[in-house]
Amino acid sequence: MSSGISTWVFAEELEGKPSDGTLELISKARTFGDVSVFYVGAGSDEAWNALGGHGATAVHHLDPGDTLPSGPAAHALAALVTDADVVLFGAGNTDRDVAGRVAAKLGRPVVSNALDVTVDGGIAVHSEILGGTLGITTAITAEKPALVVTRPKAFTAEPTGGSTPPIEVVGLPDAGRANAASVIERHVEASDGPSLEEASVIVSGGRGLGAADKFEMIHELARLLGGAAGSTRAVVDAGWVPYSYQVGQTGKTVKPSVYIACGISGAMQHIVGMKGSATIIAINKDPDAPIFALADLGIVGDVHNVVPQLIEALKARS
Amino acid sequence: MNIAVCVKQIPDPATPYQLDGENHWVIRPNDQVLDDTDRSGVEIALQLAEATEGTVTLFSMSPSGSLQGIRQALAMGADKAVLIDDETLKGADALTTARVLAAAMTREGFDLVVAGTESTDGYSGVMPQMMSEILDVPCLSFARKVEAGDGSVTIERQTASGYNVVTAPVPALITVTAGIEPRYPTFKGIMQAKSKPVTTFTAADLGVDIESGQTIQSVNPVAARAGGSIVEDDGSAFEAIVELLEQVKVI
Ligand SMILES: Cc1cc2nc3c(=O)[nH]c(=O)nc-3n(C[C@H](O)[C@H](O)[C@H](O)COP(=O)(O)OP(=O)(O)OC[C@H]3O[C@@H](n4cnc5c(N)ncnc54)[C@H](O)[C@@H]3O)c2cc1C
Ligand SMILES: Nc1ncnc2c1ncn2[C@@H]1O[C@H](COP(=O)(O)O)[C@@H](O)[C@H]1O
Repeated sequence: MSSGISTWVFAEELEGKPSDGTLELISKARTFGDVSVFYVGAGSDEAWNALGGHGATAVHHLDPGDTLPSGPAAHALAALVTDADVVLFGAGNTDRDVAGRVAAKLGRPVVSNALDVTVDGGIAVHSEILGGTLGITTAITAEKPALVVTRPKAFTAEPTGGSTPPIEVVGLPDAGRANAASVIERHVEASDGPSLEEASVIVSGGRGLGAADKFEMIHELARLLGGAAGSTRAVVDAGWVPYSYQVGQTGKTVKPSVYIACGISGAMQHIVGMKGSATIIAINKDPDAPIFALADLGIVGDVHNVVPQLIEALKARS
Repeated sequence: MNIAVCVKQIPDPATPYQLDGENHWVIRPNDQVLDDTDRSGVEIALQLAEATEGTVTLFSMSPSGSLQGIRQALAMGADKAVLIDDETLKGADALTTARVLAAAMTREGFDLVVAGTESTDGYSGVMPQMMSEILDVPCLSFARKVEAGDGSVTIERQTASGYNVVTAPVPALITVTAGIEPRYPTFKGIMQAKSKPVTTFTAADLGVDIESGQTIQSVNPVAARAGGSIVEDDGSAFEAIVELLEQVKVI
């Protein structure tokens, strides 16, 4: 397995655990060789087991406490990866902060939005540009390490059953002014039902719903189908739903069996987050809405008629 | 508070983008528009400057062209603009962009730097963070709300599960999400924008060396997903949805 390529994976703890994205990156990285994980968060035995169980061969653990993690994490990581070949980051907010700072510190480029990485005969990154219309392959010609920010769900998490790797504690480095930001409050915006990443059915609402209270029918339809509710950025920006609902370029990437887009135009930044859905159903009153170009079933109609009728029909069956 | 705002001029997203055949770079027309993402940054900067009797300076690296995009941001109320326009910066990557913009900001001075989270055309989403490291300031990213007080800046930072309140002393850099509703330029603003100062530098003026550590090897169109059937709703279209949900065994 080891081709002598050493890969580091940046991981920020999410709700006490490594995120799904981290496990996806480790699963990919282990096909190159050894995988060291740089883990930022409180840490736990459960976390170490999950990392080892997906193929991590070493873990470096930084607990930033109430310091905003990006500054100190970047400084510590930059010092550790000077001999690494590849450093993989997810698409999370802290991932991108750390990738950018490490890049500037080491004087290396970052390739973002990666869908695949190859290491044979030089490191190359496959990504899509211009809203996913063009696929490009970028060769990294700079000295190592190659820094790559990946798209969510670019890779699949597969457990190896590996054991807990050795854990090395990393102290908070003196990063000067980069350390000066602190987290003074943490708020979790709770949502019920399956998470967007796990749901096999997603019902998403867009600005076409017209008003915040109309989002209730999206929730109801999602509940009836045992799915999760999602949204476009337009309605997150309007304050109708929290950011955790957002699907797309700067939100979540989802691949459910069924994606139902209600009152969504189909802007390219939304499409990149959901075009991997197995079946796409769209309801939009504009026959020229771009979402119809990728819908398996497109309904040209008013969401305020079609969705309530669908809800009634589903209720009548159960 | 003196605020430096990153604004990117981009080809109008409403028109299809063209790549040049040799380097695969986006071809930039003479008329470029202000990236919508940066309107929120300009808005926040104006609000903070108004609250602290400060100034707002725009920083942009791009072929100046007709300056349309820059004028759009000046029309919102920014005081002046610094532009880095240099033929040798064509196709510059995020790190080169960060070095150039940071050098210009250091030269002009600032208390706070404001940028977008992602540009519409490039969406590398790492340029501002690179700048924060070069400028040696904390980076408070993904702000959906910003307040500045007595030598500090406090934001609501979007997270995967909600938001955190994060604070830092200035100088600092923040990136703002599009959640902050930008103002429309007034007629007066549009008229005034025409005579506001725009200073132009080259990379050499700023002492930045240009190097690139990446090359695009190939570009291929991504196969579009085939569309399916379209049904005009006559009051019974929901039945087509029920049928499809049955077919794929969701119900
Ligand atoms: C850098 C960047 C990143 C971005 N990231 C994301 C992202 O992650 N996710 C995302 O979603 N967007 C993102 N966007 C925004 C994106 O470009 C669009 O603005 C957004 O997706 C539009 O949302 P919408 O479809 O809800 O609204 P609109 O585009 O306004 O569409 C509303 C639709 O509803 C239809 N409609 C209206 N009334 C009805 C009715 N009664 N019945 C049926 N249909 C109706 C209309 O015909 C229209 O098609 C990003 C943009 C940028 C620049
Ligand atoms: N050439 C540029 N000139 C000015 N600001 C820029 C430029 N490129 C990127 N930015 C800023 O950095 C943010 C992130 O850009 P990007 O890294 O391209 O996704 C943008 O929203 C802008 O605020």
